[in-house]
Amino acid sequence: MSTQHDKDEAILELDQVSKYFGPVIALQNVSLRLRRGEVHCLLGDNGAGKSTLIKLLAGVHQPSAGQYLVDGKPVRFQSPKEALDLGVATVYQDLALVPLLSVARNFFLGREPVRKLFGLRVMDMDYAARTAKEKLAEMGIMVRDAHHPIGTMSGGEKQCLAIARAIHFGARVLILDEPTAALGVKQSFNVLQLIHRARERGISVIFITHNVHHAYPIGDTFTLLNRGKSLGSFAKDRITKEEVLDMMAGGAEMQTLMSQLEGIQV
Amino acid sequence: MNTTELLARHRLPGPHADGDERMRRESLVSRLLGRPEFASLAGAILVFIVFALSAGDSGMFNLDGVINWMQVAAYLGIIAVGACLLMIGGEFDLSIGSMIGFAGMMVAIPTVYFGWPFWLAVLFAFAGSMLLGWLNGYLVMKTRLPSFIVTLAFLFILRGLTLALSILFANRTIVSGVGERAAHDWLGQLLFTGNVGTGLFSWLARHGWIATVNGGAPLVAGIPKVILWWALVALAASFVLARTRLGNWIFAVGGDAVAAKNMGVPVRQVKIGLFVFTAFCACLFAVLQVADFGSAAADRGLQKEFEAIIAAVIGGALLTGGYGSVIGACFGALIFGVVQIGITYTNLSSDWFRVFLGVMLLVAVLFNNFVRRRITEAK
Repeated sequence: MSTQHDKDEAILELDQVSKYFGPVIALQNVSLRLRRGEVHCLLGDNGAGKSTLIKLLAGVHQPSAGQYLVDGKPVRFQSPKEALDLGVATVYQDLALVPLLSVARNFFLGREPVRKLFGLRVMDMDYAARTAKEKLAEMGIMVRDAHHPIGTMSGGEKQCLAIARAIHFGARVLILDEPTAALGVKQSFNVLQLIHRARERGISVIFITHNVHHAYPIGDTFTLLNRGKSLGSFAKDRITKEEVLDMMAGGAEMQTLMSQLEGIQV
Repeated sequence: MNTTELLARHRLPGPHADGDERMRRESLVSRLLGRPEFASLAGAILVFIVFALSAGDSGMFNLDGVINWMQVAAYLGIIAVGACLLMIGGEFDLSIGSMIGFAGMMVAIPTVYFGWPFWLAVLFAFAGSMLLGWLNGYLVMKTRLPSFIVTLAFLFILRGLTLALSILFANRTIVSGVGERAAHDWLGQLLFTGNVGTGLFSWLARHGWIATVNGGAPLVAGIPKVILWWALVALAASFVLARTRLGNWIFAVGGDAVAAKNMGVPVRQVKIGLFVFTAFCACLFAVLQVADFGSAAADRGLQKEFEAIIAAVIGGALLTGGYGSVIGACFGALIFGVVQIGITYTNLSSDWFRVFLGVMLLVAVLFNNFVRRRITEAK
């Protein structure tokens, strides 16, 4: 566990960042501080600018204005690879997994371990299978056979595999793009537990979601986005779940909608 | 409420020492069904049984008969290996057959009409073919058009060029007289013409252990080099596919090119490389055939692209990419050889060969589809 001093230091920070696409203002003056070892939930309804923010953090886009700092130093990523080199890893919704490939082959895709066999460089399949199995077990996922195609895994298991892979390859900051969006109740819980485990290991997490019920139990800090602007960041002890929900959807508007729904008699 | 404690209390069960209660022991058949080669292996066994029963006493399984159908299988096997890797990589090459014709002319015309040494013409043909393969791949990757369309264009372009250029340079569509030059060329002698193991075969013949012709010489002089080339290409390709990083990349680019790219796999280079390898296989086919027949003809390799793809599909390769087996494709080619030659040993008209092919293809595709669903949808 990191010391209190480390905890106060931001591993990743956005300072008054804006992003424009031509005339469209996707993000305006958004600030965000990710402290070491915290789970920072980024909440917002569809169209709030979550995707743009992820792409900024991941190095896909560059900010039009404002500063992006990693370890307190300003950075300007030209590609996702540069972000990855600094340990900022993004797990997108499509997960970058190949369904017909085995667990082991997926785990090491693009970074295959090699060994020498009669002077030829071959993939170290035993090592790959063993490591993949171990790393997934550390995350609480039992793999039946690391040589089986991942097509047989459930959505939650695949999500966990993608996260475990990012951690194994040196992620210090994990950016998770709606990891629970397509999952059932139990699988969502498994993913939340995985996020918790990542935090225990000192990894900082940005958890993007529009589901408050997933975000609130696991998050330490909540940043709310609405129509490209930040409504502020709140530590958990300073905000309730209901308040988060209210701010996210625009409280008054939501109240009206709810009352309309309740008025419907079937 | 402290969530950390809550989550810790609901911790998932840790690793079991006694395995996974959700893991069922699979039967041998069920495990075999999960292998891409299974269908073609079963098909090959079935074909052997059928011909052993219907033509077993016809000499088809004598040494000369075996060499005969092995040779047919070997030629097809070489291009099937190329087509198979390319299909696993998620692409098609319909220009394989035309490439065979074109490469044959690239060997024959310079040798016979420009007076080049055979070895130089062979190197020229390999360089030219692989460059065309690269162009195929480059266009597919650059335009993002389906490889089906791009290589269909090359099917016609190369066939047309083969005819037009052979008329232009040689004023004929069959260029003969290469055999003699190939047989006296160091490279031709070393790698492409004649047989291997002639000493062994004559020794066997002297002891009366294999059939001889009237002079006491063996009926089968040795193993044609094409068979060894087939084995070499197949072993090398299997090895690369199963054991190397490149093999992992080939599966990945065919299975999901976007995911592969996101994980840092050089998708473009891998796919273009596969097109080049396919062209290499087509050229190897052409060089061996020219050296064996002593001639090149503009219609050589006609429809070979389909046969190669069929062999790969029978071997378990999925049309959608990402799955398949080189060994399977080789069994596919073997089935071809046995049936095509075997049918001439039976009373059946050889017209049935095509019917058989079509049926075989259909059965294989249906079976592969079933296997794929089993792999990707089991929960």
